[in-house]
Amino acid sequence: MADKNKSYEKPKNRRGTILRLGKYMLCYFWLLMLALALTIGSNLFSLIGPTLSGYAIDAIEPGKGQVDFNQVFYYAGLMVVFYVVSSVLSYLLSILMIHISRKVVFRMRKDVFDKLLSLPVGYFDTHQTGDIISRISYDIDTVNASLSNDLVQILATVITVIGAFSMMVVISPKLVLVFVFTVPLSICMTKLITSRTRPLFRLRSRKLGELNGFVEEMISGQKTLKAYHQEENTIEKFDAKNEEAVESYYKAEYYGSVTGPTVNFINNLSLALISIFGALLYLAHSMTVGDISSFVLYSRKFSGPINEFANIISEFQSALAAAERVFLLIDEVPEPLDAKDAKELTHVMGNVRMEQVSFGYTEENPIIKGLNLRADKGKLVAIVGPTGAGKTTLINLLMRFYDVGDGHIYVDNEECSHVTRKSLRKSYAMVLQDTWLFEGSIFENIAYGKEGATIEEVEAAARAAKIHSFIKRLPNGYHTILSDDGTNISKGQKQLLTIARAMLLESPMLILDEATSNVDTRTEIQIQQAMRRLMEHKTCFVIAHRLSTIQNADVILVVNHGEIVEQGTHKELMEKKGFYHQLYRAQFE
Amino acid sequence: MNRVLTYYLKPYYLRMMAGFVIKFAGTIMDLCLPWILAHMIDYVIPQNNKNMIFVWGGLMMVCAVLAWTGNVVANRMASKVARDTTEKVRHDLFSKVTYLSNQSTDAFTKPSLISRLTSDTYNLHQMLGRVQRLGVRAPILLIGGILITLTLDPVLTLILVSVLPFIVLIMTATSKKGIPMYASLQEALDQFVRLVREDIAGIRVIKALSKTDYEKERFGVINEEVVKIEKKAGMTMAIVNPAMNFFLNIGLVFVILAGAYRVNAGKCEVGKILAFMTYFTIILNAMMSISKMFVIISKAVASANRIVSVLDAEDERDSKLVLEEKDKAEDTMISFEHVSFSYNHVENNLTDINFSVKKGETLGIIGETGSGKSTVASLLLRFYDATEGNIFIGGKPIQSIPLGELRSSFGVVFQNDSLFEDSISENVRLGRALSEGDIKQAILYAQAKEFVEEENRGYYDKLNIKGANLSGGQKQRILIARALAAHPDILILDDSSSALDYRTDALLRKELKEHFKDTTTVIIAQRISSIMHADHILVLEDGAMIGYGTHEELLASCQVYQEIGRSQMGMDVSAS
Repeated sequence: MADKNKSYEKPKNRRGTILRLGKYMLCYFWLLMLALALTIGSNLFSLIGPTLSGYAIDAIEPGKGQVDFNQVFYYAGLMVVFYVVSSVLSYLLSILMIHISRKVVFRMRKDVFDKLLSLPVGYFDTHQTGDIISRISYDIDTVNASLSNDLVQILATVITVIGAFSMMVVISPKLVLVFVFTVPLSICMTKLITSRTRPLFRLRSRKLGELNGFVEEMISGQKTLKAYHQEENTIEKFDAKNEEAVESYYKAEYYGSVTGPTVNFINNLSLALISIFGALLYLAHSMTVGDISSFVLYSRKFSGPINEFANIISEFQSALAAAERVFLLIDEVPEPLDAKDAKELTHVMGNVRMEQVSFGYTEENPIIKGLNLRADKGKLVAIVGPTGAGKTTLINLLMRFYDVGDGHIYVDNEECSHVTRKSLRKSYAMVLQDTWLFEGSIFENIAYGKEGATIEEVEAAARAAKIHSFIKRLPNGYHTILSDDGTNISKGQKQLLTIARAMLLESPMLILDEATSNVDTRTEIQIQQAMRRLMEHKTCFVIAHRLSTIQNADVILVVNHGEIVEQGTHKELMEKKGFYHQLYRAQFE
Repeated sequence: MNRVLTYYLKPYYLRMMAGFVIKFAGTIMDLCLPWILAHMIDYVIPQNNKNMIFVWGGLMMVCAVLAWTGNVVANRMASKVARDTTEKVRHDLFSKVTYLSNQSTDAFTKPSLISRLTSDTYNLHQMLGRVQRLGVRAPILLIGGILITLTLDPVLTLILVSVLPFIVLIMTATSKKGIPMYASLQEALDQFVRLVREDIAGIRVIKALSKTDYEKERFGVINEEVVKIEKKAGMTMAIVNPAMNFFLNIGLVFVILAGAYRVNAGKCEVGKILAFMTYFTIILNAMMSISKMFVIISKAVASANRIVSVLDAEDERDSKLVLEEKDKAEDTMISFEHVSFSYNHVENNLTDINFSVKKGETLGIIGETGSGKSTVASLLLRFYDATEGNIFIGGKPIQSIPLGELRSSFGVVFQNDSLFEDSISENVRLGRALSEGDIKQAILYAQAKEFVEEENRGYYDKLNIKGANLSGGQKQRILIARALAAHPDILILDDSSSALDYRTDALLRKELKEHFKDTTTVIIAQRISSIMHADHILVLEDGAMIGYGTHEELLASCQVYQEIGRSQMGMDVSAS
């Protein structure tokens, strides 16, 4: 709701967008044709109504004692039939349109979601989650609302306008002249009002969005604000935003709320004019009372849609803009396909080699320069260095979340770009600092990486990760549902759960990126003992700030500014008294 | 909802009444038009007087203009009332949330509070405006329309009114079925959005474990579910319009039939039947508005109830001060006496904690994840009250110090602390009356000067949301600068150096020692090196004290502490 009018800007490539929308619709070509037929049918039937009632009134018109009952009954009977048919048709039509639009929406959502999962991870580092979500939910909904309502409405409007107009011409061409005056007037008025209000509505959504953003930020930081006694200041800031929001809402309404009465006014105006001229024509004997009656009913049918047309068009505009945003996402470049001759990586031993690897997220800012590294089967490789030195980037390259700029990475002498991503990634188990758990039971979360894992296996993994006894103490044990805000579980416990998840995998290589930073050291040591057993025949890459964690590594790589500045065992590096030695000593200062 | 009506709308009753009257007048004008038309056809035309036709026609136009003016003015007045009411409700709600006790915040959950402040107040705003606009007009049109037709021909009116119950029946039946459907649709949509958000957050894990197909399947299930409910709700609601149209039109047919008999019997004129038809359209539209309003109101009632339940919640401002003076010696800054605490009042999170720290001393707290370390900080800031025992700050019982005064004496960095979308300097200042110099000094002490000044970044450059353009270590240093900036009496650092490398951490500790001699410091940490120099160290396990003393004492006496020490410092423990 917040950014409802955000996308009211004119779409840039209107034709292309319409064509693509058309493609989605065309899958249901015959259904659409059926809808078209229903639209025309139901509108024509309801259009005939006023004529019939006019005839009936003409039959009544002679007055006392002279009413032609046969005629009245005949036309009344016809009216019932026509109204029944028209109502049934219009109900069928709405159902059909709901059916079609749901199918289209289902496909669009699916297309967007499938695309999301095939995008390189870098996309999510630069695009706001909120924006992506608003595309898959709000934008698609806008498109869909427009498809199911506006399309029918436009069709119905066109039919009604043409139909009502020709009916009126048939009844009395002279009286139609009234509309020469009122139609341009109403078009001008709506144009005037909408051109005035559109920017106001846009402003209103923006201000509301800002207010929502502010609320979200402040409530997330509530504890901090309290601790620094900033309640009053925050409320003051909120008041300013609040006032802007309600004021822009009011401004938009101030002009927007004129539309309804104005439409009504013009309708009333044409009614008055029709009454005057109709009466005059009656006196001149060129119109019957029944004619006037039908004419009045048609004129109501006629002016309504004309006024609404402007609204529908602008709604359609916003739907196109929304569709464009959706298509832009669908058109994002996915991760490049695996090379044609890419092999499945099977029976991985776990020998990893990096040769002269260079990489940067942007051209001008290289993060890693000419790096060489060798990790043999079953070895523990630790990577240390100050923040921003490029440690996490190394992991990104190993997992092929990004492709190297220069150089090569080999697993068991296979060049990584020549194996399928899926099989490469499957050969690693990974635990990251930012733990990821989804809303589901603890069992599901641990078993996530291994299909068909048994409860025994999961428990064994949890035991090894030192989280089993905690889980057991929960009222529902392994079936406890982890909730979104995760209030029932601490950050350290989350890390332990993800470690348990990794323990369940049978990958020959393991990556731990600050995996235990929020776990206390004692638990960490216990986990490590379990891990060591688990890691015996695996190649492990460990990133950690706590140097105590990695003292037993087979080789420690000290990274700074994208280069390996030192390399060796803990003992060797301490004796060298270089950068590592400095880092290490710092913890006792 | 009652609260909104009585308390918040009360000041505007007069304005609302004026609006209603104006609206009423305008709407009556609308209703006059078809009546005049009937009058013209039945009485004016037969007189064959063109001038009279123009007079009555002119009157119609006057009515049209008056209707327009009345409606526009009333609409604008209504918007104004809605604006002022919403502003006040939002202000009260936000103030309330800001002062909400942590216990209540936990109970409501933050996402729920956010949605109450945003979409619920928005719903309320929309409802207040629309109901004032349509809520007057539609019933007036409906009742007025029926009344006027009564003056035209009571018998025909009865026929017309007799179809209304059918319509009402259909409307209530469908909305009774439809509204819960929309409620469950909202729930399904929440699930849908949650899954997308979750998968975006976990994209690396999903890819690493090659679970994309599995996630697509999961999404497919939810997508299908949402579509199913949408379809069901849509189809249910789709009945209303055709059915309403049908019944009204059938009523129209009966009016014509009955009209024919009455005209034949000389009891009615043709013009009246004509007018009836126009009133029919008006009544039809009024019925549609009412059915629309029905949905808006029921949505808003739910929202208003959600808002009021927050407004009624317990507030920190309600907590009374205990004036009983049980002063301790002047130089003890913080002391805990047999303090126990439980979040859920079932299991203790802290049990029998005792310690006391003098002014200028440092307390280190160490222990396993979930052992209750951060809870100690929450109690010190009085986010919660101790379940048992007493806490003294500066010698006074904590309940005797006004909250504002109490918290102003602290500088805190929390475990998951917040940076705001503002300049670095403003993030450090955080609204307090601090000079430029204080801020720069604090940034220097916190070892942040280097990166703030270096990387083409200045004190006034805006940070991204949640400081996303800073690395973990940089964020922590800005937060520390914030805590130091006001030279607090008590400094609490909760796991706030975990992302700092050892060298920076050490430099920071040096600065604290040199420039914050009089500040009492509480450091909560995982790393033993962060707390080993503290004057007192508290070792927690499952909420209980299992060790208290200096580093050396604990190494000698506390087994758990020994283990931690050995694991983190290896052989070097004794050497240091």
